[in-house]
Amino acid sequence: MKIKMLMAAASTAILAATAAQAEKVKVGMITTLSGGGASLGIAIRDGFMLAVKQSGNDNIEVIIEDDQRKPEIAVQLADKMIQSEKVDVLTGIVWSNLAMAVVPATTAQGKFYLSPNAGPSALAGKGCHPNYFNVAWQNDNLHEAAGAYASSAGLKNSFILAPNYPAGQDALAGYKRTYGGEIAGELFTKLGQTDYASELAQIRASGADSVFFFLPGGMGISFLKQYADSGIDLPLVGPAFSFDQDILQAVGDAALGVHNTSQWNKDLDNAANAGFVEAFVAEYGRLPSLYASQGYDTANLLLSAMAKADVADQDAFRDALRAADFASVRGDFTFGSNQHPVQDIYVRQVIKEGDVYTNKLVGAALENHADAYVGDCKM
Amino acid sequence: MTREATFNGFVSLALLLFPLWAWWADEPFMITLATKVAILGLAGVGLNIALGLGGLVSLGHAAFFGIGGYAMGILASHAQSYAPLMEWPFLIEGTKSMPIIWIVALIASAVAALLIGALSLRTSGVYFIMITLAFGQMLYYFAISWSAYGGEDGLSIYVRNGFPGMNTLDPIQFFIIAYVLLMIAILFASRLARSAFGLALNAARQTPVRAETVGIVPYRLQLVAFTLSGAITGLAGALFADLNRFVSPTMLSWQTSGEIMVFLILGGTARLFGPVVGAAVFIILEEILGDFSDYWHIHLGVLLLLIVLFARGGIIGLVAGEEKRHA
Amino acid sequence: MSFLLFVEQLLNGLQFGVMLFLTAAGLTLVFGVMGLINLAHGSLIMVGAFAAATVSAATGSYLLAIAASIVGAAAAGAIIEMLVIRRLYKRDHLDQVLATFALILIFSEGTRYVFGSFPLYLNIPPYLAGPVTLPGGIEYPLYRLTIIVVGLLIAAGLFLLIARTRIGIQIRAGESDREMIAALGVDISRLYTLVFALGAGLAGLAGAMIGAIQSVQVGMGEPILILAFVVIVIGGIGSIKGALIGSILVGVTDTMGGILLPAFFRLFMDNSAAMSTGSALATMSIYILMALVLILKPSGLYGGKA
Repeated sequence: MKIKMLMAAASTAILAATAAQAEKVKVGMITTLSGGGASLGIAIRDGFMLAVKQSGNDNIEVIIEDDQRKPEIAVQLADKMIQSEKVDVLTGIVWSNLAMAVVPATTAQGKFYLSPNAGPSALAGKGCHPNYFNVAWQNDNLHEAAGAYASSAGLKNSFILAPNYPAGQDALAGYKRTYGGEIAGELFTKLGQTDYASELAQIRASGADSVFFFLPGGMGISFLKQYADSGIDLPLVGPAFSFDQDILQAVGDAALGVHNTSQWNKDLDNAANAGFVEAFVAEYGRLPSLYASQGYDTANLLLSAMAKADVADQDAFRDALRAADFASVRGDFTFGSNQHPVQDIYVRQVIKEGDVYTNKLVGAALENHADAYVGDCKM
Repeated sequence: MTREATFNGFVSLALLLFPLWAWWADEPFMITLATKVAILGLAGVGLNIALGLGGLVSLGHAAFFGIGGYAMGILASHAQSYAPLMEWPFLIEGTKSMPIIWIVALIASAVAALLIGALSLRTSGVYFIMITLAFGQMLYYFAISWSAYGGEDGLSIYVRNGFPGMNTLDPIQFFIIAYVLLMIAILFASRLARSAFGLALNAARQTPVRAETVGIVPYRLQLVAFTLSGAITGLAGALFADLNRFVSPTMLSWQTSGEIMVFLILGGTARLFGPVVGAAVFIILEEILGDFSDYWHIHLGVLLLLIVLFARGGIIGLVAGEEKRHA
Repeated sequence: MSFLLFVEQLLNGLQFGVMLFLTAAGLTLVFGVMGLINLAHGSLIMVGAFAAATVSAATGSYLLAIAASIVGAAAAGAIIEMLVIRRLYKRDHLDQVLATFALILIFSEGTRYVFGSFPLYLNIPPYLAGPVTLPGGIEYPLYRLTIIVVGLLIAAGLFLLIARTRIGIQIRAGESDREMIAALGVDISRLYTLVFALGAGLAGLAGAMIGAIQSVQVGMGEPILILAFVVIVIGGIGSIKGALIGSILVGVTDTMGGILLPAFFRLFMDNSAAMSTGSALATMSIYILMALVLILKPSGLYGGKA
């Protein structure tokens, strides 16, 4: 395995040296490295830098800055990177609201943006842009997969809840798009809410046969612990965000057995993924998270384009990105016409391996899934 | 000229010359930083009218900063999509003209400050601090759940709004606009402090009982000061949104209120140029400390603590010596 | 909505209120006795939760974790009182706000520096896990019930402490006339440190108790702090009774508002519009409550001087 990986790295390096030896590619990474939510940004950065390191490619220079999860800081960093550092490509943003601030500013200034995480619907539909690529998912994708899974698992009466903000509203809409059963109840919670006693009482009283929830970060930890303690015994379904490697340890037993949807898992059977998981553990001493896998894929997509074209030739470089000619850790990967992934989305289940809580793959929820907004994109 | 006046002259000149140098040296980001200093300084000048002159410790000025920002965001987003704001009872269209946006921002934040002030000024001291903070939070949560204008995602404006006769997309020209507004606001604040109104307000702050016996009604004076203060901070919010071409609920968060207040204390409370110096120092620190440590907030916290405990006049106090404690 | 659900929601509001009380009690005491506004009180909640999570991970004992949260937060409180807060009593509120804001920055980033950015694990002990059936057939989590009981016991204890003990007499004397108690030969700086540590300890306890059902992470205290301010404005500064009544009012309003408002809008709007309008208004309900109290009683329900 190791040897194979080294060879792959070496061949990328040789290709890079021959094809695009002209200009160095300067990458600006704006991500969240301090304050709440830093764990996501750290995972993306670590995944990205691991791929860069493995490639051994000297023609890539990555400048990393912390956006503190504040949109205005992110915009200013983007301006700084474009105007002063003269970067060619921007990447790294974790949150949709920050992406909505930075991506239009970046593409308007003629630079590429590769999203390793956020995929707001506005940027997938009417606001799509030839220089904007999303390497993770459109925001609704994992929720749509959850709806499809719930239907196929025979769940007929779901109670659904999410925070009252755009991504939360999209989440419920996404679930309903693919879910065939009845809705027993629908709730919007406060963003950042940490006590769900009142919601749990309503779930208990609703007569539902299952619960779908989208509560990212600390909200999900709180919800899961309180759900486990409430004595409610309905199956839970959710997107991978609340069952990510980095937060599962804080949730503990409360998450065991829950089904969640993701386009990646560490036991996904392909060579690129096996190599990634092994190298990540060796490098950082912890299991990679979903976000780390997305950062890793983003870097590899960029490296694959660099091997084919010179970044100064924007049209050629764009075509090279669009080809997505890299070994994604999630297996097959292509871009749709709005430059968002068309990919398989899986169902995972939370298990305990020794002392570590993690996920195992159960099956596919959606195959070759494109997003719902691709038709709105006039490109 | 007093030492403080000399120092103020030096600060205004430096803030003008630095971006001009950056323009010459083709360092557009340095101009952006200077613009940020001017705009955040303007927000601080607004707060200083309530805090320095009126003695009203408001921990909710982010509300006005954010309302100004949203005034810009809402008007410009409607202009961007050619959808009128309302058609009934009369037609209101969006706009991309800065002067109109500024007027709307001034009025909207003044009205908000009048309402919040009218309630909050029924109390004083520590109640006032907590109530302004709570009202600010209320607007913050409202903005997050207000999905018509982006909720937590905020609103992106693709092209900066226009000002007749100028190319606002050119960093240096936009800087000049912000700088001129800052100077006008400082001039206004200094006139205000020396006017009959300012003197009466100062009297009401220092010796409320004595002021009342000579017929000054502190409540009304303070309400006027709070409203003016909110309006200027709102104008700064509109400019800040234009600088980023983006507005989001973060502008309304209580950390923003705290930061605007930090500018004042860094520079020197109730000093005319205190907010400008404070904003400049804050941004320089953010750039320098942020570069070599992910944990730069610790250093900022320690520095802030030292200034509060041991250098009460802030930086202007250190340079110009302890002077009269009002502008 | 069924009657049972209604009662269960009232219990939830009460439980939320009791948690708020543990935070607000310390704040209001510190303000009443020392005249200090402490923004860093939220950080002490976080210190308590992190102390509990660390001890729980090392020993596996929940009771030890709770003890650690109280001791850890009280110790942190006593240390910052002696190093920083002490110098602020004679300063104006502006200096207090800024210095304690600085303390928040130091605590939050310092905690992140030591513990990293990932949330820590702290869970309900097995003997408190799961629901119990209350009279009338309501299933209610035992842990939340325990929180209500512990919180009310602590409230009673505080009343006794203040009404019956020597310390309580000094605290009350300090609230009405600060110079006087110094003149009477009370070691005032020791009293101040004690009161501050007491408030910090309560905040730390609150942190540990909610840490077990929520997540232990940096910045967890600030949202609670701001609600505690609302509580104090409603209840009146310096009054433990006001803090208790205010906490329960805020807790119940917040909980019931979140259920009743969307249901109300559903009467004449379609479901998802009602949901988002109702939820938006519900987040504002406690601030509207605060505004109403201010209009009727500017110094709060039980406040003496404004």
